Amino acid sequence: MNRLSSTHIVYLVALATIIAGTVLVGSAGRNFFSPGNVSDILTGTSILGFIAIGQTLVILVGSLDLSVPYVISLSSLIGAGIMANQPGNILPAVLAALLVSALIGLANGAVVAGLQVHGFIATLGMGLIVSGYLGSNYQGSAGQAPLAFRLIGATGIGPVPVSTLIMLACAAVVLLMLNTTRLGHAMYAVGGDASVARMSGVRTRTPVIAAHVICSTMAGLAGLLLAARLGVGSPTIGSQGGYDLLSIAAVVLGGTLLAGGKGSLIGTLGGVLIFAMLDNIMSVLQVNPFLKDVVRGIVIVVAVAVYARRKVVHRPARFGRGPAHDDDAPPPGPGTSRQGGPSRGDGTGARDEVSA
Amino acid sequence: MDDEVNTSGAVAPILRVTGLSKSFFGVPVLQDAALELFPGEVHGLVGENGAGKSTLMKLLAGVYVRDAGRIELDGEPVDFTHPVQAHQAGLSTVFQEFNLLPERTVAQNIYLGREPRKGLLVDRRAMNQATADLLEELGITSIRPTASVSSLSVAQQQIVEIAKAVSYDARIISMDEPTAALAGPEVELLYGIIDRLRRRGTAILYVSHRLKEIFDLCDTITVLKDGRIVTSSPAAGLDDASLVRAMVGRPISAYFPDALPGTATGGPLLQISGGGNSQLDDVDLTLHAGEIVGVAGLQGSGRTELVEAIFGAAGFTRGTMTLEGRPYRPHSPRDAIRHRIALITEDRKAQGLSLNQSILDNALAVVRSVTPRRTAVARRQAPGVFSSLEVVARDLDQEVQFLSGGNQQKVVLAKWLAIDPQVVLLDEPTRGIDVGAKVAVYSLMRQLAQEGKAILMVSSELPEVLGMSDRVIVMRDGRIAGEIPPSASEEQVLQLATGARGVLP
Repeated sequence: MNRLSSTHIVYLVALATIIAGTVLVGSAGRNFFSPGNVSDILTGTSILGFIAIGQTLVILVGSLDLSVPYVISLSSLIGAGIMANQPGNILPAVLAALLVSALIGLANGAVVAGLQVHGFIATLGMGLIVSGYLGSNYQGSAGQAPLAFRLIGATGIGPVPVSTLIMLACAAVVLLMLNTTRLGHAMYAVGGDASVARMSGVRTRTPVIAAHVICSTMAGLAGLLLAARLGVGSPTIGSQGGYDLLSIAAVVLGGTLLAGGKGSLIGTLGGVLIFAMLDNIMSVLQVNPFLKDVVRGIVIVVAVAVYARRKVVHRPARFGRGPAHDDDAPPPGPGTSRQGGPSRGDGTGARDEVSA
Repeated sequence: MDDEVNTSGAVAPILRVTGLSKSFFGVPVLQDAALELFPGEVHGLVGENGAGKSTLMKLLAGVYVRDAGRIELDGEPVDFTHPVQAHQAGLSTVFQEFNLLPERTVAQNIYLGREPRKGLLVDRRAMNQATADLLEELGITSIRPTASVSSLSVAQQQIVEIAKAVSYDARIISMDEPTAALAGPEVELLYGIIDRLRRRGTAILYVSHRLKEIFDLCDTITVLKDGRIVTSSPAAGLDDASLVRAMVGRPISAYFPDALPGTATGGPLLQISGGGNSQLDDVDLTLHAGEIVGVAGLQGSGRTELVEAIFGAAGFTRGTMTLEGRPYRPHSPRDAIRHRIALITEDRKAQGLSLNQSILDNALAVVRSVTPRRTAVARRQAPGVFSSLEVVARDLDQEVQFLSGGNQQKVVLAKWLAIDPQVVLLDEPTRGIDVGAKVAVYSLMRQLAQEGKAILMVSSELPEVLGMSDRVIVMRDGRIAGEIPPSASEEQVLQLATGARGVLP
């Protein structure tokens, strides 16, 4: 158990969910793996997936983004509004929606990195501002997505929806960025310890701003995708979905440390998949909405509790438990030989407890 | 040791500092400091905390910007405004606080911010290879470049820090208390690395509170006191006593104070028999009233685990404990505190203090939470306790993060004195604090012994263990390896601690 990384655990849980889903959905007389059902689940992963990808970056750098629901709504309205049912307008509409989203992210990042306002507050404020704009300028759904654009939300390759493929492509790019570019390494560094990063010559503002810009842009993409599905833009589509907290939950379920500096995008995708499958299973079983939220809530809290326990156990046991004395390790050789190899707890106490 | 490189006038200094001054909020912390560093020289910098050593290092490293003075590198004046500029110029610093990301690998840490690239992407293979080469150059083969830093021992992390400093092609490396967290053989490992660096012609500025290391390693020793340089001379012409006198401005005959008159070893207060848990085994130990017992041993030998077990933080799962003859089985620190047992932890910043709270709040923290009814009394007594401990602070509302290490430690002590403990457990009570504060801690221990309290002190500094204890127990691999009188030699302690027969001095 202690050897498993949190990413492994997430995917074990995902596997367990698949098994549970097969049994439960099967007992309701349906097939969990029918193309229709798989397609439903994957569709469920796409919207939350986009947002959780961005949220992972923002959390990794030690910030948060609570403005995503409003960016989603705004992006859907800008997109559908500019398209106005003209296929020729699709490209400018998409670019405009993403540009506005990115600018909101830039503003978030600038406030967090430049003014040293915590992301929680900075993006709460930004969310309120955008929400105020939406509330006073849009009474309801607006704009119209042309058929060509709506197809993105409706077609798929086999059971795999196009929207999910776009989401996975974005995930692949972000994954490459995180693991193999200086920017990615800098994101881990700034989230892990900003002063260490600074002392190592990392520009500590750039990764924070970049994370916020990417996160907001991803939310913009999610908004466009929702516009494609609905055919219109809506001022409440983002906040109805509760995507801000749900995406944070998916990221944390995926094993990313809420304090930043540690985590993986792969884990996040696992978290998103778990949530999508849970939703699907409970919809098929017609579980009432309250119970749905209860299950989600329990999953996220249990996950974090498991990770927290794992962090505590960092000193490998030297002696067995219980009264028996015959389980003692053989007396080690001269202590001097211990200074080298990966130690069995040499001094890990002080340091690890600090970081825990 | 220093015969390979000539530090006489024939060689030009790499670094020359003149008239360096720095004030914070109008308070001068460094005045008119001058220093020369030669290739291959190990230059010791000693002084009490607050003497200006860290300020001097941080000025050189570009962390602080100087108010006045001149820093010349190879005869050229330099002006660093960011640590990275200093690194690039070949001046690296190993700071006292660990500057590593525990969740990242060794290679990722060393090349953070300047990862080797292939096109736009980080060349992971080149980075790991460069790290392996670097470590090999330092004579280290036991650390894998791909190991995560959190899996390394403190000593290994320290080596990674040094490797990181070296990786900037450093010609000057300054080290702030590099052995603060190391013990015995680990220190030897560091000596080896410093020796290799010296032979490469790297100049090393070495700050340490441990005088033995200063004399073992340094060619030249500079003493700072109250922000000014007192002396700077070849190590050969100095000894312990003269150095301490220069540092504190008074002879340190009372460095390890004798037991106070009227101190008597009373009956057994705390008895452990057959104590064990996942980290400890077969621990038999009796603490008597009025007695100071020292605990020696290597890092990871179970010393901290022993005091944590007595304190109920990670209790014994086997064996029995009695306190004043009654069974004592603490299931939490709170429980232990109710039994008037105090633990001064090893890491005062992480476990001993709330850094952004006031001195008074810190001092009352334990009383408030465990014996709230005593709060008013403790609050009335606090000013007296602080003045008897000679805490130097503006007032009791000052946040402890702004205090020096020594004063912070005194606040920790005050916090525990407030519960009127009968057993006092001290884990590395003088780590990283200056000589003056050390003496204050020692005096307090003697006073507590005189009052009939039982004291158990864990320390990595052998002179301290031998100088302060009535008995010394030595731990090895989770067991008590033996007990020796304080008249024993450091070699005897090391033999017990390492289990080796003919061990290095």
